[in-house]
This record gives sequence, structure tokens and C-alpha cells, in this order.
Amino acid sequence: MTTPPAAVPDRTPVRDGGRTPVWDPDRTTGPRVLLSSVSSDSHTWNLVFLQLLLEEHGCDVVNLGACVDDDLLLGECRRLGPDLLVISTVNGHGYLDGLRLIGRLRTDPLLAGLRVVIGGKLGVTPQTQDSHARELLEAGYDVVGGGGDDTGRLTRYLQGLRDLRVPALTGGASPP
Amino acid sequence: MNSSSESCGEAVPGSFAAFVRGRAADGELVVQPRMGFATTQQMRAGLLAVRAVHAPAVGTITLDSYTRLGDHASADHALRRGTQLNGFPLVVHGAQATRRMLDGVVGPQFPVQVRHGSSRPYDIFATLLEAGIEATEGGPVSYCLPYSRTPLADSVDEWRRSCELLRSGDGPERAAHLESFGGCLLGQLCPPGLLVAVSLLEGLFFARCGVRSLSLSYAQQPDEEQNVEAVAALRALASHHLPDLDWHVVLYTYMGVYPRTWPGAMRLLASSARLAVRTGAERLVVKTVAEAHGIPTVADNLHSLRLATDVAAAERTVIAESGGTGAGSVPDTGILAEATALVGAVLALHDDVGTALRLAFRDGLLDVPYCLHPDNHNESQAALGEDGRLRWVSTGRMPIAGLTERSGARAVSAASLLEMLTHVERSCDGRLPHRSAPLPVPGRGDH
Repeated sequence: MTTPPAAVPDRTPVRDGGRTPVWDPDRTTGPRVLLSSVSSDSHTWNLVFLQLLLEEHGCDVVNLGACVDDDLLLGECRRLGPDLLVISTVNGHGYLDGLRLIGRLRTDPLLAGLRVVIGGKLGVTPQTQDSHARELLEAGYDVVGGGGDDTGRLTRYLQGLRDLRVPALTGGASPP
Repeated sequence: MNSSSESCGEAVPGSFAAFVRGRAADGELVVQPRMGFATTQQMRAGLLAVRAVHAPAVGTITLDSYTRLGDHASADHALRRGTQLNGFPLVVHGAQATRRMLDGVVGPQFPVQVRHGSSRPYDIFATLLEAGIEATEGGPVSYCLPYSRTPLADSVDEWRRSCELLRSGDGPERAAHLESFGGCLLGQLCPPGLLVAVSLLEGLFFARCGVRSLSLSYAQQPDEEQNVEAVAALRALASHHLPDLDWHVVLYTYMGVYPRTWPGAMRLLASSARLAVRTGAERLVVKTVAEAHGIPTVADNLHSLRLATDVAAAERTVIAESGGTGAGSVPDTGILAEATALVGAVLALHDDVGTALRLAFRDGLLDVPYCLHPDNHNESQAALGEDGRLRWVSTGRMPIAGLTERSGARAVSAASLLEMLTHVERSCDGRLPHRSAPLPVPGRGDH
């Protein structure tokens, strides 16, 4: 089993930043959802669960994973042109990171109209969840969900989008 | 139960490791909270409260998420605005302020460990060393794959530099202590053979970087017998691979979705304290009743430290009265064979452990289930059975096919994932149907 070092070709892919997930236009039939955490949040079980849930609701999901900084997230939004951005956060900084993020999204000419949902544990203590949710809505999120396994708002929103047959959800718009 | 015969290295007197070894020699389990506050005043008060608790406790300084990511500007901004942070911004406070905060708090009878979660810990290590702290934790894999987007190669490089910095001040009277977090990958739904292998491999990486005092971690999983078998496997591998070093085992109370009820949370914590005693783990990092609801208070932590101490003492008495030797024997279900196969396959890739780890993930010889990091293959999959045992659904390209019993589970759905993730929580909170196995209530040394 011993392999001399020289015999091990270094074909390490440059995956971070170099990995370019895209939606296959031949396979993409449902809403194209970009799923992400916020910059300071390292939790991923919420993202693994939401990917499965969104896929079961007919969505085509690109999951960016943990600790997605604002520049990477905005860049992927511009590149991929999703129908919906879903932000999930549980580390207690979702309120701070989420406010900063939506400010940048809503002032970006290409992304100002993007549908954006945020959910999870928004603050360090549960007492501030409701006030944080109100502020995030006012700041520009379309939906603010609760924490834990409360995904009702998200799935109702998805259903509403499908029922409306919003053009952006069915078209194969190319990324800018 | 006593590990002193396994570990040949001596702990430097007055050190973090010496405190742990001393308590273990006295038959006591060292208990440790997770605790981090934004300001030096809050942090000092929290540490003083832990020091005063009636338990053999070590202190913890948990860092905030911004510091973990090296975003010190955001940590500084939050600190100046008075916004709550989820930990202590060590680098923003700096070494001098941290040293002042610790003055009169820390000593040989109350060592502290910095817990940081960073894949790029060099600045954190530099600051903690300058502040006079000698114990910290993490690892190039365990703090990269689950918690960051840092390329694994960069994490390995920075951890190598950081380890060299950490041990640069070592001498006859000082040996910096480093714990591998590798036995806790993602907290849940990772079969124990892989947890044991990564914990061991990170420990070996630290040792090859010159770190002389180590601890190896294992996070409690739902099944008691699997846990006992796994910690025994970790000890066996560590005895073989780290023969001349000072090392001990640190157990983590269940790190997955935590019970919401007070009795459920206490029941789970108590089961982890008993498990620590049964397996001879020298140190236990506890969880609290607040775990499911937010960041624990100091009082929550003190309560957990006292409860774990009392349960551990009671368990020792039970074992002694029954004439048992602790863990007793549990069936060999192949965990040691699986961990041994993984360690062997990785070490065969390259003489340098850091390079071997990187190549192993590149080739999928190590593959953490449900891990979204771009450098993880994410082809393996694991499932939790209704009996509470973790099994592989798919081992991907890892060289361990058939070494442990396979899961009969089909593809995982959102609902089944949620069931698996919340199995322990529902069990402890009394919300599981009867056909499911109860939570790990240990067999009281009667195996």
C-alpha cells in the first residue's frame, strides 16, 4: 500500500472558487434556488436538511455551504441568476450578517428584485427573534422564517410562487 | 480505566495536562464548559465562577465567530457598538488585555483552554501564547471541513505553522497542549470508525509538528455500546501511534440536536458523565439545559459542571461496588478495524501526515458524510438506525467496505434526516415511540 510520494500526481482540484455549479437547462424544471448560510455561520445541518426539503418541493438547488461571505454570495447570485435565494442561519449572528447582506443585495442593480428568504435563529437569545424578524423584513427580505424545523413559511412561500407561475420561476433566464 | 499505563509521556508540572492527569490519578473526571463573552469583564466573571464551582473544572475561553474567521474588523465593530457577540474576541482585545483579564484567575489549579473553531488559527495562537495561555484545540481537518470554506491545503499549511509557533516556547517547564477536535466531525451522523481515525490522525499531525502534550477527542453518539467500543479503539490506536507523548482522552457530551426539556437535557448530560467514567476518559466537555434554546448562561454551565461531577462520582462508586473495571466488554463490531484501515490507508499516502491528509480527502479515502466543504467528496452517507446505532449507507471510496455492518436504509429524505438528527432529542424528551431503542442509559458496569 506504500506509495512513493513522486508517484502521487497532484491533481487536487481548485474547488473553492474554481468549482462552478450551474443549472443544467435540460434538467432544470423547478424553481432554481440558491441556498446559503451567512458569512460568519459555520453550521451546515440546516443547509443539508433544507436542500433535501427544497428538492422534494420540486426545486433545483445549488447549496453554497458554510461561511459564505457577501462578495461570494452576490457573485454567485449574479452568475447563476436564481429564482429564489434562501438564507439559513443558526449561529446567532444572522441578524447582523443578514441586515448587512440584504442592504447590499437591495442596492445592487442586478439583484434588487431577487426574491430572498431568511430563516433560523436570528439572534443570540430567543427573546429578540421577533424584533429581529421585523427589522429584517423592513430591510428588504421577502420572508423571514423561524428557527428549528419551522419551515412552514418557506414551503407556503414556495407553493405560492408555483401557483402564481411567476415567469422568473419557469423561464430559463441566462445569468447576466 | 486508568490510562497512565498506556501513555508514557510525562505532563509538565503546573500545566493544563498535568492538572488533568492529576485529577485522573485521584479518580476524578475533569469537567469543562463552553463559555465565551464579548468583554473582558464578562469573561473574567465567567471564569471566576467556574473556578469557584465545587467540581474539578478547567476554564474555557470560547472565541466568537468573527474572530474564528479572522474578521477582526467585524468583531471590533460589534464590540464598540455593544452588540452581543457569541464569544470572546481574543485578537481584538489583544494579549495584554487578555493577560490582565486572567491575572489572579488562572493557575496550576485552574488552567484554561482557548476554544476557537478556526481553520486559520495563527493569529489566535500568537495572541493566546503572548497572553500566557498554553492550551487550545482544533485541527487542520476538524476545523476546516465542517466549519469553513478554507481550502484543506491552506488549512494544513496554516495549522503546521501554528503548531510550530505553539511549541516554540516549550521547555523543561512548559509544554503547550493541543487537543484534536477530530472525534467530533459535524457532531452527529458520522460513524465512530471515521471519528476515531480523524482524531488519531490529527493528533499524529500535531505530534509530528513537535507538539508534546495532546488530547484526543470523541463526541458521544446515540448508542452506548458503540461509544464504549469507539473510545477503546481510540485508546488502542493512540497507544500504538503516540507511545512517547503525554496524551489523554476528552469526551464531548452529545453534540447533535439537544433535548429541549430540562429532564431530557440532564438525562443526556448524565449519560455522558457515566460514559466518561466507564471508558476512562480523563476530561468531559459538557452541554447545558440551554443548549436547544440559545447560548448558555454562566449559571447553566455551573449547574452542568456540578451535575456531571456528581454523576461521575456516583458511577465510580457503582463500578467499585460491583467489582467491575469500568467499561467491561462490549461486542467487537469492527470499529477498531475500520479506524485502523483508515489510518493505515492515509499514512501510506505520504510520509508527511499533513500532505497525507490532503491527499486522502482528494482521493476520497477519507470522506465525511453530509459535509458540504468543497474539498470533501461527500459521496459517503451514514444513517442512524432505530436502534440508535450509526451505520454506513455508503462508504464512498473509503477502504472500509464490509468492516462494520451496513445500514439497510435507502436514500435519505428531508423527513428521515430530521428524524435521525432529532432521534436523541426525542428519545431524551420522551417523544419516541416505544419500538425505538431508549437513550443510552448505560448498563452500570454489568457487562
